[in-house]
Order: sequence, then structure tokens, then C-alpha cells
Amino acid sequence: MPKSVKSPAPEAVRLAVRKTYKLYIGGKFPRSESGRTFVADGDNVALASRKDARDAVLAARAAQPKWAGATAYNRGQVLYRIAEMLEARRAEFTALGVPGDEVDAAVDRWVWYAGWSDKIAQVVGGANPVAGPFFNISAPEPTGVVAVVAPASLLGLVSVVAPAIVTGNTTVVLTAGPQVAITLAEVLATSDVPGGVVNLLTGRYAETAPWLASHDDVNALDLTGVDHPGLAAELERAAAGTLKRVIRPRAATDFTADPGLRPMTALLETKTVWHPKGY
Amino acid sequence: MTVTVSAALSDLRSFLHGLPGVDKVGVEARAAALATRSIKTSAKAEAIDLAIRMVDLTTLEGADTPGKVRALCAKARRPDPADPSCPPVAAICVYPAMARVAAAALAGSGVHLASVATAFPSGQAPLEVKLADTRDAVAAGADEIDMVISRGAFLAGDYTKVFDEIVAVKEACGGAHLKVILETGELGTYDNIRRASWLAMLAGADFIKTSTGKVAVNATLPITLVMLEAVRDFRERHGRIIGVKPAGGIKTTKDAVKYLVLINETVGDDWLSPDRFRFGASSLLNDLLMQRTKLTTGHYAGPDYFTLD
Amino acid sequence: MFEYAPAPESRSVVEIASSYGLFIDGSFDGGKDGDVFKTVNPATEEVLAEVASAGPEDVDRAVAAARRAFGTWSALPGAERAKYLFRIARIIQERSRELAVLESLDNGKPIRESRDVDLPLVAAHFFYYAGWADKLGHAGFGPDPRPLGVAAQVIPWNFPLLMLAWKVAPALATGNTVVLKPAETTPLSALFFADVCRQAELPAGVVNIVTGAGDTGAYLVAHPDVDKVAFTGSTEVGREIARSVSGTGKRLTLELGGKAANIVFDDAPIDQAVEGIVNGIFFNQGHVCCAGSRLLVQESLFEPLMDSLKRRMATLRVGDPLDKNTDVGAINSAAQLTRIRELSEIGSVEGAERWSPECQLPDRGFWFAPTIFTGVTQAHRIAREEIFGPVLSVLTFRTPDEAVAKANNTPYGLSAGIWSEKGSRILAVADQLRAGVVWANTFNKFDPASPFGGYKESGYGREGGRHGLEAYLA
Repeated sequence: MPKSVKSPAPEAVRLAVRKTYKLYIGGKFPRSESGRTFVADGDNVALASRKDARDAVLAARAAQPKWAGATAYNRGQVLYRIAEMLEARRAEFTALGVPGDEVDAAVDRWVWYAGWSDKIAQVVGGANPVAGPFFNISAPEPTGVVAVVAPASLLGLVSVVAPAIVTGNTTVVLTAGPQVAITLAEVLATSDVPGGVVNLLTGRYAETAPWLASHDDVNALDLTGVDHPGLAAELERAAAGTLKRVIRPRAATDFTADPGLRPMTALLETKTVWHPKGY
Repeated sequence: MTVTVSAALSDLRSFLHGLPGVDKVGVEARAAALATRSIKTSAKAEAIDLAIRMVDLTTLEGADTPGKVRALCAKARRPDPADPSCPPVAAICVYPAMARVAAAALAGSGVHLASVATAFPSGQAPLEVKLADTRDAVAAGADEIDMVISRGAFLAGDYTKVFDEIVAVKEACGGAHLKVILETGELGTYDNIRRASWLAMLAGADFIKTSTGKVAVNATLPITLVMLEAVRDFRERHGRIIGVKPAGGIKTTKDAVKYLVLINETVGDDWLSPDRFRFGASSLLNDLLMQRTKLTTGHYAGPDYFTLD
Repeated sequence: MFEYAPAPESRSVVEIASSYGLFIDGSFDGGKDGDVFKTVNPATEEVLAEVASAGPEDVDRAVAAARRAFGTWSALPGAERAKYLFRIARIIQERSRELAVLESLDNGKPIRESRDVDLPLVAAHFFYYAGWADKLGHAGFGPDPRPLGVAAQVIPWNFPLLMLAWKVAPALATGNTVVLKPAETTPLSALFFADVCRQAELPAGVVNIVTGAGDTGAYLVAHPDVDKVAFTGSTEVGREIARSVSGTGKRLTLELGGKAANIVFDDAPIDQAVEGIVNGIFFNQGHVCCAGSRLLVQESLFEPLMDSLKRRMATLRVGDPLDKNTDVGAINSAAQLTRIRELSEIGSVEGAERWSPECQLPDRGFWFAPTIFTGVTQAHRIAREEIFGPVLSVLTFRTPDEAVAKANNTPYGLSAGIWSEKGSRILAVADQLRAGVVWANTFNKFDPASPFGGYKESGYGREGGRHGLEAYLA
């Protein structure tokens, strides 16, 4: 049917519906309990407080036993699902200014770690030939709740979160690029990742990181994204209070390189079991 | 039997700890495998009616009132007022304080009246209190008593105390049937569940029952499987058939049918009867009725068409 | 007894064509000389499809296609090969019900097993090896291990698609290309797998499927342009293959027969041991190379255990493989049924006591009731030869040493089972068993992360786990 030609309608201007950027805690997207926001690239973004960090640790702790208790196969499937969902939302990230090849690398990084879930124990664990009638075997176990100060880039963020969670740790992640981080949270929230396994907080490192570094219920601290040497040293000192495992920031980390095993093994404990052998 | 019991009693601990172990992974895998059975059409119809006849329709709340209990009794007698072919349930299960009301409401119906007793649900009371509780319930008209064992004593290894209590309560029951609640969710291991089952049976239980419904873990398929194995082995040794009652957490027809399959493939026919197997449940009944209606009408039923009591 | 109404799985989820060609270089074609054979449903003897029989020229073409594909496939970054395998794994998950029904139709195994065991393991195997494709440098075979080239793979009929997965997944992950021959009686799931490869857009020639009988397989493994031979099947054929590749430099792995001892001590968790015995020998109609076909019972436990076992066997549901409640399906072929019958007859003739529960077997198709023989000794043929059917030989022992000696007193060494509540006994017995897989308080457990394979005449090489990579790496 021909369109009416009576009077040309004015060019329809559709107003975009904007997204509100909130925190990601326990599988939900709450605002900061403090009610604060800050402006990042023109968006009002939730500004996390120390109490948000505390809530995130509670969520991470609550989620940890079940996540660690899931089979390695199951965790691998979940990580692979993250890769699928990230690939599907590629355009969202490029619209935020993330280069396409970086999104691709981030997808591939999830795939790489997905494969590690049921292999890391075979590479770093195994039977120990002790001198005696004993069965003796060592196997890696997750260290627990990991607080992460993440790099700003998508690939950097994925490169610190994936190795922490693939082995069964849960995380509280302080992020620097809020829109990218919360968009990744939306990927996680639609990827069968149980609530609380990854908690993402947007805000200021200097404000929230010390509370996580000194938190008695945090087991490890990844400082990869800290670019201020003084802050890194201060956080490491605070972490010493409960002898947290600390990953120190390294100058100019190239996230496109093969990460190797260290990002995983740094967040693993080794458990060795002895058992006698005899009729 | 008496000879064996007294012989066992003389060293109850070594007897109970001499029972074969239960491998957790194995028993759970077996229960899960049986849960995949597909029960359809005529078999499903048969299962639903049997399950209805096995329900101990239960209300055990602090807020129970005579009105609530009378309503439940009416439901027990005629679960589906729209369909006279629907059988009544096996029993009503209430607190002793509600037994008299329930007895009056059930008079002449053939529906049994079960009362919990012995300081339900914790069992943390002196024996005299428990016995008085039991006698009161029987005097009020209960013909089935659901007692709880002293889990504290069991876990402390005082098997004789648990045994003696059951014997005493059984005596206080007179002619009433005794169901012994093991509170399996508090026993910690399948080995303990097997031991507690034997302990209760040796002491004279007519039924062994999983749970009070008041703790985090109530009836499960593998727990019930271990108890069914115990009653099976007990019959083989002593010739007496003990009933089994899973209670708590059985909410759907699908759940109930899995239990019937479990009976069918582990202990068989003799337990496929309300005299030998009961479901301690409340919301299960309406789901059974909805599924029953679906089978007769061919379309899915909605909860608005079944009575809430 | 509470009778279950029939609960058939819908056959309509799978569409079987009336005829199938060979899958060579990414497309299907008829064999060069047009020979075909029929594949039947062993539960009904109904013909399911006609399948091309590959002759020498067809095999030549398949090997040539695999050789051409090898260059680019092996040069792909591991991460890219990984993604193809992940795709295949996902497609198998998506089509798992269809493939499960197909497998039960062509093989005779109960849908409960093809649905709950075979297909989940198939998908998991591809997932597992997908993950290795970009991590080979971490696998302990040197910093940059290389693929071998073209792998000739010949698989049996007992777990058609699972055995395909065990062969294809590690081969592809490591950068090899394959020519695979499925068993003559169960070719269909491999041909459907070819369609999975098409959906995954796997490059042409990386996977080639040639169907046919023993001759096709013999020609394939003897092909001069093959670098690697992997075979699962009987020890007799395995021996022939070992002879045929000798002197050629081809790498060889063999997964062959077994006569596993399932050892039950008197402190075993009895009810679970009974399940383990049943699962050990009646799973997949006993068509399992690692089946627990020799039950070694501590003499003090013999009578109560036999009572429990017989009671349990009486509840096994034998019949229509597509019924969701069937436990034991059809014997895969008339030939296999004949062999099972013959060996069982010999068991009776040699004086062992035979027992089966009452069970109604269908009129058409190939069926054999679950059977146990008691009074069996090491001297009986049914204690020494692999029956590969639902037939259990029961022997007794008095001490752990005697159990170990009897368990090891066989040319085979694939698997074994131990039932006891005492951990130190389990570990000590496991130490002394000459078998590639030892299950304690469980049986017939498989996982892509766990290596599987035999000692002695049960073959060599391991499939599954990190160890499974070695067979495909230079």
C-alpha cells in the first residue's frame, strides 16, 4: 500500500533511553548504599562506599563454598557461557570505545580459562612418591575470597577476574572503567554465573581498596590494577594483617600475551593428603 | 525375636556398629537413578490414588486452632468434594492438644488419628513428661503416636537410653501404633540413619519416620532408601514388617511418585500399602488432587479449584 | 507389584535417511564401487538404513583428504582449533536427545543410558579436549609438541558415539586430522557426527568417516599414508593390527578386551556393592570392555551377597531400548548373541551353576537375560574368556592376597573393582592389581579428565585426561 503523500511528517526524533550504571553485588544491581554517584564520560555512575565493599565481601563469602564445590566441568561450562554472551554483546563494548580486537581477545581469554577449569589440577597437582606405604596426593584448592583491584581495560579486567574464579574463588572487584565494568557485569549476570561469584564495584580505589586489604574475611588481594606505588605498598601492608596472598602490580603488564599459570596458581592453595596402604 | 533383641541389647553398640556401612555416593546415585523412572498414564493414576491413601495430612503449628483442625479433618475424609471416587487420606497428624478435636471430627471415617508426642519436635524433656504426653494423646483418641528419639542421646552414643525410651513409649501407647521419628537431618551420616533405624525397630517401633519437618533437611530419597533397606533386612532377620514414613519436603506428585518407585524397586509389594508406608505432608495432597484431575480431564488444573484448609 | 505403563521416548526427534554415503573431504558421496550394507535395529531387526561400504579407493580418497587438510589444520593457532571443538561440543549438547535416540535405535542400548551416560560424556569429552588445544605446551610433553599427521581410527559398536569422541577429540585438539571407521553394526551416529562437523563449519577433510566391515578397517590401518593408528575392539583384532603396523613407524594405541575382577570384601557397603556389581556387568548389556565380569567374593560373604544380588537382579527391566524405564536393552547383533549363548552353554557344561531372574524377552530382536554363574573357578572358560554380554561369573576368595592373585591371573588387565569400607585395604589392593583402571566402591565410572586404558593384552596407550594427549603428539 502506498504511503500517504499528503503532508510529509517531520523527521521523527526518537529520544534514547539511557542506562543507569549501578553496582553488581550478589548477582543484583544495587545503587551504592551511600546514595553517591560520580560522573564518568558524562554518565552518573554509582560511587561505591566501604559499606558496599563490606556487602560485596559478604556476598562473595556466601557464594564461595558452592562455587568451589561445583564440578570443574561445570565451572568450565559457565566460563564458556560467559565467552558466548560476551561475543553476543560485542557491539555494546565497541560502542563504549573498546577496540573490536580487544573485545575478541577478551572473549578468547574467557575461552582459554574455561578450558583450565578441569586441567589445572592435572598440571600443578599429582601423586607424590613418598618413601613409605602411603598414598600421597597433592591437589590445588581455591584460596577463598579474592579482592581485586582491576585494570581499567576490558581485557585487563577479564584477565584478572577469570583466573581467580575458574578455580573456585569468588571475587570482589574494584574497577576503574565503570561503563565497561558494569556492561561486563551484565554479561556475567546472564551467563549462569551464580550471584556473588563476581562482585563489581565502581568508584575510587583509594577509598575502598584499604577496607578490602584490611578485611579479615578476605583471603587474597590482587593489586594488578593499582598504578600508584605508594597505594600498592600501603595495601600490601594492610593485607599482611591476615597474611593475605598478594599479587603485586607489575609495570606495563601486556594483557595480550599468554598469561601462563601464575594468575591462577597465585590464588590456589595446595592440599596434600596422606593415607596408609595395607590390608 | 525376643531372644535376638535381648542378645543385641546386651551389646547394642557393637551390634549397631557392626551393620554394613552405607556409601554416600553410591546410595545417592541409586536414589537418583530410580528418580528418573517415567511413570505415565495408567501407572500414574494408580500411583496418585495410592499416594493419597498414604498421606498423613499434617498440621503442626503453634497457631493451630480447633477450627483449623476441623477443616483439615473434613479435607482428610473427602479430599476432593467434586469427585466421590477420590479416596480419603490415611491419617490426620496433629499436636496432642488438638487430638480430641480431631478425634471427634474423624469419628466413623476410618481415617486414622496420629498425634506427635514425646516433647515434639526436640525430644528434650524428661521421660516422665514424654510418657505423659503420649498417654494424653492416646486418651484423647489418637491411634497412632509419632514420637521423636533423643538425638542428643543417640549422638552421644547412649544407645541404651534411646532404646529404653522407645520401649517405654511403646508401652505407654497401649494399642496405638508407634512411629519413631529419627530426625535424620540431625544424624549427620547415612551410617547413623541405618543404626537409628535398627535401634528403633529392635525397641519395638511399628514405623520408622524420617523427620519432624522442623529442621533444615527433612525427608530425601536416599535417606528413605537407607530406611527401606533397614526394614527389608529387619524383616528378613526377625520376620516382622516395619513401616516407613518420610515426612517434610514432599510437596509434589512427582516427588511422591519417586518414593513409590523407590518402594517398588527396593522392598516391593509388601510396603505399597498405607499400613506400611505413609507420607507426612500437607501441601502434597492438593498437588496430588490437581494431577488426578489433569489425568481425568486431560487439561492442567489450577489451584483455585481445590480447597485450601 | 506396581506396574509401570510403557514410557517410550519419542522416535520422531530423529530422522534417519534410507541410505548414507561416506563422509570424505567435507561431503557425502556413495562408495566408488557402490557396495552397501544394512544396519538394523537389534531390538526389532528392522532395517534402519543402507550404508555405503568403503573400498580401498574410498579409503585412499579419505586418507588423501585428511592429508590435504592436515597442513592448514595443524597450522591453526590452538585457540582457533579449540573454538571449533567447543562448537562441536555445544552442537552435541543441543542435539543430544536426537543423538541419544539414534544411538539406542542402532545399538540397542537403553535410552536411559544413551541419554544419561553416553551423550553427556560425548559432549564433555569434546569440551575437555577443546580446552587442551591451546594449552599443549603446559601438558608436560615439551614446550611446543607437534601433531603426528593423519590418524586412522577404528572404533567398536558398544559405545559408538562415545568411542568416536574418545578418538576424534584428542586427535583434533592436538592438530591431527582423522579418518574414522565406525563399527559395521553401528555406523549411524558417526554419520550424524559428520553433520555436526558440517554445522560447526569444520574445515573439509579434518574429519572423514568411512563405513564398512573389517576389511575396510584393515585396509585403513595398513594405509601407508597414515601416521597414527588408534583402535578399540577385540584383543584378536588388536593383535593383527599390531602385526600390520610393525616396521612402519606408525604410532599405535590399542584399547582391547578385558575380564575385570570386581572384588567384594566382607566389610563392603553391601547395598552399594550390589548396585556396583549390577552396574559392573549389566550396564550396556555387558557390552563393555571394562565390565566387572568376574565377581570375586570373600567366602564369608558369599551367601548373603548372592541373595541380595539375585533379589536385585529380579528388578532389572529388560526390553524396549526406547522405553525410558528399561535397564537392559538388546544384544547388539545376532553374531554377538550367538557368542554369548555359546559361552554360557560352555559354562553350564563345565559345571557352573546358572541363574537368571524370570524375565519376559521380546519375540523379535536379539535378547539375552541377565545371567550369573556361581561355582565358577579359574579353570572355567567363562572365568577366562571375555563374553561381552550380561553374564557374570562368580568366584570366591579367602584373603586379600588370594583375591589379588586371582584378579591378576588373566592375560587381560583393563579394569578392576574393590569394595571395602577400609581405605588402607583398598589402596593396598589397588597397588597390586595389574589393571589400568581400578574403581573402589564404584564401578564403570568415566570422565574425560580421567585416563583410561589397559595393561597386558588389554592394550596400550591411554585415552582421556592429560595422558590421552600423548598418543597424538610427536
